[in-house]
Amino acid sequence: MRAFIAFVIMAALLAAVWHIQSPTVALGMLNLCLISAVMALGVNIQWGYAGLFNVGIMGFAALGGVAAVLVSKAPVAEAWSAGGSQIGLTALCFLGTITATTFAHRKTKGRRGHFLIVMLVAVIGYIATRHFYGPAVDAIESVDPGKTGYLGGLGLPIMVSWIVGGLFAAGAAWLVGQIALGLRADYLAIATLGISEIIVAVLKNEDWLTRGVKNVTGLPRPVPYEVDLQQSAWFREKVEAFAAEKLTSLSGAAREEALAGLITEYSGLFVKLCYAGLFAIVLIVILTLCVLALNSPWGRMIRAIRDNEIAAEAMGKDVKGRHLQIFVLGSAVVGIAGAMLATLDGQFTPGTYQPLRFTFLIWVMVVVGGSGNNLGAVIGGFFIWFLWVEAEPAGTWLINLLTSGMAETNWLRLHLIDNAQHMRVFVMGLVLLLVMRFTPGGILPERVKAR
Amino acid sequence: MTEWLNPLVLMANFVLVPGLVYGAQLALGALGITLVFGILRFSNFAHGDTMAFGTMITILMTWLLQSWGVSLGPLPTALLALPIGIFLTILFLLATDRLVYRHYRDVRAKPITFLMASIGIMFMMNGLIRFIIGPGEQIFLDGDRFLMKAREFKKLTGLDEGLGIRTSQVLTVVVAVVLVILLFWFLQRTKTGKAMRAYSDNETLARLSGIDPERVVKITWIIAAGLAAIAGVLYGLDKSFKPFTYFQLLLPMFAAAIVGGLGKPIGAIVGGFIIAFSEVMLTYAYKKVGRYLLPEEWQPDGLLQLLSTDYKFAISFVILVVVLLVRPTGIFKGKVV
Amino acid sequence: MLLSGENMTGGYGGADILKSCSIGVERGEIAVIVGPNGAGKSTAMKALLGMLDLREGSVRLDGKDISSLSPQARIAEGIGFVPQTENVFTGMTVEENLEMGAYLRGDDIAETIEQIYGLFPILKEKRRQAAGELSGGQRQQVAVGRAMMTRPSVLMLDEPTAGVSPIVMDELFDRIIEVRNTGVAVLMVEQNARQALEIADRGYVLVTGENRFTDTGEALLADAEVRKSFLGG
Repeated sequence: MRAFIAFVIMAALLAAVWHIQSPTVALGMLNLCLISAVMALGVNIQWGYAGLFNVGIMGFAALGGVAAVLVSKAPVAEAWSAGGSQIGLTALCFLGTITATTFAHRKTKGRRGHFLIVMLVAVIGYIATRHFYGPAVDAIESVDPGKTGYLGGLGLPIMVSWIVGGLFAAGAAWLVGQIALGLRADYLAIATLGISEIIVAVLKNEDWLTRGVKNVTGLPRPVPYEVDLQQSAWFREKVEAFAAEKLTSLSGAAREEALAGLITEYSGLFVKLCYAGLFAIVLIVILTLCVLALNSPWGRMIRAIRDNEIAAEAMGKDVKGRHLQIFVLGSAVVGIAGAMLATLDGQFTPGTYQPLRFTFLIWVMVVVGGSGNNLGAVIGGFFIWFLWVEAEPAGTWLINLLTSGMAETNWLRLHLIDNAQHMRVFVMGLVLLLVMRFTPGGILPERVKAR
Repeated sequence: MTEWLNPLVLMANFVLVPGLVYGAQLALGALGITLVFGILRFSNFAHGDTMAFGTMITILMTWLLQSWGVSLGPLPTALLALPIGIFLTILFLLATDRLVYRHYRDVRAKPITFLMASIGIMFMMNGLIRFIIGPGEQIFLDGDRFLMKAREFKKLTGLDEGLGIRTSQVLTVVVAVVLVILLFWFLQRTKTGKAMRAYSDNETLARLSGIDPERVVKITWIIAAGLAAIAGVLYGLDKSFKPFTYFQLLLPMFAAAIVGGLGKPIGAIVGGFIIAFSEVMLTYAYKKVGRYLLPEEWQPDGLLQLLSTDYKFAISFVILVVVLLVRPTGIFKGKVV
Repeated sequence: MLLSGENMTGGYGGADILKSCSIGVERGEIAVIVGPNGAGKSTAMKALLGMLDLREGSVRLDGKDISSLSPQARIAEGIGFVPQTENVFTGMTVEENLEMGAYLRGDDIAETIEQIYGLFPILKEKRRQAAGELSGGQRQQVAVGRAMMTRPSVLMLDEPTAGVSPIVMDELFDRIIEVRNTGVAVLMVEQNARQALEIADRGYVLVTGENRFTDTGEALLADAEVRKSFLGG
């Protein structure tokens, strides 16, 4: 019931945006709300179900983003022929080094000279890897650097990347989980913070793979382009039928002009609606899976572990194994959302991955929505994204109002108006603290002991 | 003789001095983190932004002083402004403790709840800092930039390589040494300092001995705020002030505290230097050193740089991971639970 | 009596653990609380210290009702307490441990430290060593010394010999007798009932939170029923 009311209020808020601002803004917001909700679901799996504190959401989302590039962009043939073989050798050397180092570590463990041998193997591997890596990168990055300068992708439909993004994130999570799970919760937080910074640093700097800060634009879309819609007779007919009322009073050139305007407007809205439909399907599928999983014996076990790790361990539950499972699953969902986000943006811009926006904001969504409650994570994703977007104009408006007594050119006024956008970060922190303190369960608290 | 001195001076200029200075900055930051962890038992994610907050206040005061025409001659004006920065940072942290953390202490919340609350505070500080001073870069160093210019060094010694020492570098090391001595004197020799150590060691027994937890906590925040503001200002003088950079310092600082052993002040210092020197040594391009040491035909084509500076965070991370795998308590056996 | 709990009834919020239980100790004597597991021995001691809320009954120290005081305040009033585990500051030196014991005192503590060193000579030898590096028996001496630093009139020990070897146990008991001989009232909870009753001036046998037998240590050791039920024959 509470969930229903919350969703009605949310719908009303979006409807208000539709009418007061514009339908385009409302639909744009809806799309990001949907993606945020998916991301929040992923974090909720980790935090809400199992109490795992992941501060590296940004990194997993960025892995999703890079998946979109690597799956959907056409391969750059010249780059492959220029440096493909060498990059392959680099990869082989890299993997070989890791295998050899691990092998050396296992074989010499506990013996004298253990550390030296392992280091020696690692150093030799490093030199070999660097030997191929340098020329490979130079060759690839010099292929038409203004346009490509990278290997490109596989040229597959971009929606494939949603799954690949999830796999990428899952792989990274598996690695981090091996190290940091089973230790004090703070360590997982710090380790994930670190891995996310590293992932983003790699994506920013390995130009041969991602073009780095030169960005990859023009990712193919899973939905039609506005231009194509505007020229298709089918869409024109639909618009004529849909807006018949508005058009009846007009005729001739005026009608044509109005129709052209409507077609332009509606094509934009139609594309956004298509996205919204796709995202909503993903959200519903993941949400359904989450709800089923949480109420299954598996979900009960996970929560039992969260509530009393020692007791669960004493009962023979493999706590670390379960945690790894959860951590990988949750990160995969975040990776899917990251790929969806890059798809919506139509570009991959490593420079935009900021921890405040991609890690901590998602956290606020989960906590405010209600940790442990799947619907809560969804409503939290919607609501906090709405707040995040609307806090900026609201802040500017508020500052304008407060400083209306000052002269137009007063430096303080100008400064405040300039920086008003940053107040939303402050507001988010305040919301997080207030919710934690006064309604620790969030908007939709976890249903405890309802069974 | 000179064929050995030149590369040595080169290394001193680009590895030893920067490593020492950066290490001192990290150590001061990590000390704050480790003290808060030892007493309040949570990882304070707001520490980077606390440093930024103190630095921001100091910068604003510096500008004010500069507009009045006040200066410290060869030393940066920021030193005069620093006490205000420290004072306001202390007030801010005490206020956050009173309004946020104390409640969670009263209800005996889990450490992770404190950590989340610190994220909330981090958000608020971050927003406040960007609102007041903006997200951009600020350079507030004035006075004499160099104590010794590389050029003068070359003239003095007749070597091809120079060793330049900046005022901010000397300042950082001197201040850090003085602060560390003061802190250790306080912790080892004063009754209050010992009470802090006792509380960190065994909370129940400390309470039974009549040590007032609230007082210990307050003093911890005061010290952490002071250290954070000073570390932030020194970092800003040495490099520059940018809010996001300060947030990113969290990772090397946490790594330093964990490597040394969480809750152990001496560990934070050692850890700070380990992280700093690893970063500087692994990201330095040894090409020029090679030119002095290697024979003509062995001269490398590349920069001889092990890792690009863009990946310096990876170094903190890898060290952190190795410590977590090999010795989770850190070098000086810190707390794990 | 110097310290006495009368008709103490209460628990940690749930069911009552103590049921009208009375415990007391006089100056210059050793009182021992024994009984089977779960009898509420440690709980009775914690009640005297104020670490749980009593529904009924009172605690008096030297004639003064201290039932409403916090544990810290009771310590200030003259009760010394040695917890069963984690009873030293492991990262601090022996001398610092003693100093922390005297945290509440504002006067000069040098004399008291010397007295403690007189009682426990090994501590003087190890004064600069971290308490965590000492052996189990030495640690217990640090713990007792720490509690003695407030110059308490009553010293309470929660299972001081848990986990130490029989030789160390005998030595610890010798030290405790010395403490008693300085005029301090000693109250302790013990698992090693027979050995403890041997040095006890007064013994309490608790069962399910109630007083079952109360007598001198000697008399309890001689009592056939006590021997059969609680001392293993």
